[in-house]
Amino acid sequence: MTRPASVLAGPKSRPPIHSQGDKTIEYAEKLLSVFILVPFAGSLIAIFFPSDQRGAISWFAGAIALVCFLVTAGLYPYVASGGVLHYRIDWVPELGLNFTLRMDGFAWLFSALITAIGVLVALYARYYMAEEDPVPRFFALFLAFMGSMLGVVLSGNLILLAVFWELTSIVSFLLIGYWHHNAHARDGARMALTITGTGGLAMFVGLIIIGKIVGSYELDAVLASGDAIRNHPLYGTVLVLVLLGALTKSAQFPFHFWLPHAMAAPTPVSAYLHSATMVKAGVFLLVRFWPVMAGTEAWFWIVGLAGLTTLLLGAYFAIFQQDLKGLLAYSTISHLGLITVLLSLGSPLAAVAAVFHIVNHATFKASLFMAAGIIDHESGTRDIRRLGGLFHFMPITATLAMVASAAMAGVPLLNGFLSKEMFFAEAIETHLVNPLDTVTPYVATIAGMFAVTYSLRFIHGVFFGRPPADLPRKPHEPPRWMRAPLDFLVLACLVVGIIPAQTIGPFLHTAVLSVLREGTPDYSLSVWHGWNIPLIMSFVALSGGIGLYFLMRSYLATAVEGPPVFRLLQGQRIFERVLVTLSWKWARWLEQRLGTRRLQPQMRLLVFLALAAGASPLLLGNFELPPLVIRGIDPAFALLWAIGIACAIGSAYQAKFHRLASLVLLGGAGLVTCITFVWLSAPDLAVTQLLVEIVTTVLILLGLRWLPKRIEEPVAAEDISIRVRLRRLRDLLLAIGAGGGMMLIAYTVMTRPLPETIASYFLERAYREGGGTNVVNVILVDFRGFDTLGEIAVLCIVALTVFALLLRFRPQSDSLEAPEQQKVQNAFDDDHPDRAAGDSVAEYLFIPAVIMRWMFPVTGMLAAFLFLRGHDLPGGGFAAGIAMSIGFILQYMSGGTRWVEERLRIHPLRWMSIGLLVATATGVGSWFFGYPFLTSHAQYASLPVVGKFPLASAILFDLGVFSLVLGATVLILIALAHQSVRAPRAHAKAARSDKEAVR
Amino acid sequence: MELAVVWSVLVAQTMLALAMAFALYRMARGPRAQDRILGLDTLYINAMLMLITFGIRTANTVYFETALIIAVIGFASSIALAKFLMRGEVIE
Repeated sequence: MTRPASVLAGPKSRPPIHSQGDKTIEYAEKLLSVFILVPFAGSLIAIFFPSDQRGAISWFAGAIALVCFLVTAGLYPYVASGGVLHYRIDWVPELGLNFTLRMDGFAWLFSALITAIGVLVALYARYYMAEEDPVPRFFALFLAFMGSMLGVVLSGNLILLAVFWELTSIVSFLLIGYWHHNAHARDGARMALTITGTGGLAMFVGLIIIGKIVGSYELDAVLASGDAIRNHPLYGTVLVLVLLGALTKSAQFPFHFWLPHAMAAPTPVSAYLHSATMVKAGVFLLVRFWPVMAGTEAWFWIVGLAGLTTLLLGAYFAIFQQDLKGLLAYSTISHLGLITVLLSLGSPLAAVAAVFHIVNHATFKASLFMAAGIIDHESGTRDIRRLGGLFHFMPITATLAMVASAAMAGVPLLNGFLSKEMFFAEAIETHLVNPLDTVTPYVATIAGMFAVTYSLRFIHGVFFGRPPADLPRKPHEPPRWMRAPLDFLVLACLVVGIIPAQTIGPFLHTAVLSVLREGTPDYSLSVWHGWNIPLIMSFVALSGGIGLYFLMRSYLATAVEGPPVFRLLQGQRIFERVLVTLSWKWARWLEQRLGTRRLQPQMRLLVFLALAAGASPLLLGNFELPPLVIRGIDPAFALLWAIGIACAIGSAYQAKFHRLASLVLLGGAGLVTCITFVWLSAPDLAVTQLLVEIVTTVLILLGLRWLPKRIEEPVAAEDISIRVRLRRLRDLLLAIGAGGGMMLIAYTVMTRPLPETIASYFLERAYREGGGTNVVNVILVDFRGFDTLGEIAVLCIVALTVFALLLRFRPQSDSLEAPEQQKVQNAFDDDHPDRAAGDSVAEYLFIPAVIMRWMFPVTGMLAAFLFLRGHDLPGGGFAAGIAMSIGFILQYMSGGTRWVEERLRIHPLRWMSIGLLVATATGVGSWFFGYPFLTSHAQYASLPVVGKFPLASAILFDLGVFSLVLGATVLILIALAHQSVRAPRAHAKAARSDKEAVR
Repeated sequence: MELAVVWSVLVAQTMLALAMAFALYRMARGPRAQDRILGLDTLYINAMLMLITFGIRTANTVYFETALIIAVIGFASSIALAKFLMRGEVIE
């Protein structure tokens, strides 16, 4: 579903572009999906490249980025002069969640930045990554990141925005931790994820509240209701939550400390994520919501304080970094602070400057990161103390890096100068009368001075001074194409810096227009504004910064990493402390208080909590017991129930004293349940329950073998202490309470008049739409096929988990040896010379074994019968699977594990995987016929002898269910049964090795 | 349905339920484990017959499968229990 592009009628906007025809707009809107589809599809493909094809894969990634860039470029006419493109697919419209992509001028500018720098980074990475690095993983993540980032900027729906936002956090975690053998990379990645992920969650909550305030999650609706949001009582909450997301992502004080640690990432990642994309997502969000949230006192204080602190501290810390990338990281933090300060002011001109600086910073910082990478790559170190005089070895790179750092310092005729000048101009304006506004110009000048100092340090410390003595490698110019991205970016810095109005001007205007709309101020992008205060501030910053550098030079040349005094107060340490306290100390404390290894207290706690949770709503909301009505008693049914109740109580009573009796009684209770299902017209349930009942009995018996023997302690009744009696009484009351509660709930529900339920809906449609008369089965395999698919997947996982757990099963030593009965019978065989070992068991089992073997084909027949008629009458894949597994169990019981496995091929794992594949493939198959996932097709087919049977495509799905259930049941039972063979063997082996160790 | 059928089914069901009650007595009291297991087996057989009478009573064939399953594989749990008694484990 697409809507025609809405065109804003701003005072400056030109006539709408409808003259080009609605057809082309529709086409352009469809193209928006390219931005999401192509990078993610490319990411999937990139995984499968062979890892030695560095060239091919980087060309591939570069081509994908280039395609996205070209599409961006092609869409420019549609967003220029205030146009907005929409592409919308309904996802869960009831929840207000739509897959809406929305491109306006600002999103366009960001898309262009993301894709263009993406192309350059792909080219750069081709040369940067080493032979031994797993390159496919890098490029797959790189493309996935590009897709997520494009998703963030193009989301037209708040929830979608949050989804892509979290995706960028996750993918950046993987990218930062790319060299996961390195502890720094792992720690840095984890910290980045924890901080940005937590912020993202807070933002998500904030966005949901915004959606509730506005009444829609669509961005258009949100942007149109700024007053409603600002005047809402929850504005403060929303503001804090959304800002948490933005400020953590953009590494603003006090969340800034993750960014320097993220420098453990490969340099192309830093150049991409930490200059142009990831960290810009935070300021992107601030700009996005600027029209609806900015301009209030709270916004000014929170955003302004965070921004100013970050601006100053980031610049100050950057001076003292010895690592090139560390310097750049702190400089990035500081520049992001600058953008944040601009956005805090609430003036349209400041917003223009902020958008401009976002672009400028991306260009010069990406090129500087690349330069740092080249220096690292060609000389083997990034430590400024060890580097020096590199100008002689790599003059071109040095020149490029110098121009870029000059832009970072804000030297005239470069792009950084222009936006910094605009910043100074805004800083001296008075927006709100308060102390923060008063100190802004001074802080700005001082931070500008620091920026000059660290930029100069970058240039002078690396390229000039005494030549390096003991570098790991002899430095030289990088390959031609490794430098090409740098050439391009630095050229952009220069051109924009000299003729801004002719180059970036129109694009910037488009972006600003889409954010500020009618409020777009007049501004001029030119290099020379005459002698004014901002120019003087720039001059002060420049000369002060140069002076500061030469004053501190000798200190910096030998100093340790990090700024004095602040060095001791590390954000990272505080972060680690908090994490340890939360996830270790408190968790341990809770575990010690509440945790226990004994089953009884655990059960008691669980049942008690369940009882409390169930009873509290009933007690709080005047619950009235429906009157007890007795009528039409069927004597047989009543007697059956009496038997069932007696069985259940007897089973519970015997559970402790006589396990076998308890199990037998449990079987009786289960059987009565099955008959009840029949009596109450649920033959389907009865069939399934009966089969499950039989399998469960065998399963528990298999487990009973490994339980330790009960220790008989003859205690006289009067010796039992009062405490024990009280405990037993409490447990009894608890059990009666829980059981009685369940009974009450069931009774109440069943005696209520039935409201309009979905039952009639399914009854009506089962045959017409699902082609079957067994409604339960049609629901399972057709209407609710997706649920069933999920359920069988869970069954699969459970079976595999049980299997895996049993692989490490170590039985108690007293249950290791053969059971008493076997010993006696074997001893009898051994005592009589005319008997072979195992004769007794063969004789005992002679007739039953024959019956069990002969019943195998019959059981198979029964399973086939249940399976085929499942669509119309009781049965189905699940029941058939269990029935078949009982057939296998009978064989195991008659002949033993070895006998069966010599004769039959038992591959439960394979059956399970085939089942899951068939079920999924059936669902996918309906796509090829143009229907949604798991749409079924129904028809009857006839076979000789068997007769007519339904051939819905759902039967294939059911076949998958059958195979999986069979596999899972057999797997669990066999895994248990194998313990009898495995455990003594493993024990003997362990004993042997112990003996050898003693020797 | 004829009155005779209704009555005879009702009587049959009551008798079967009584038989099941006696089986329950063996299951609960024993005295030996073998008695309990045989009690359960008897309970299953009676349940199967009960289901068939229920089918007669409602003149419906959909309840037949349940009885069929008891007939074909209902003995599996009895066998498992018996094997457990005799050998101490179900699958060797």
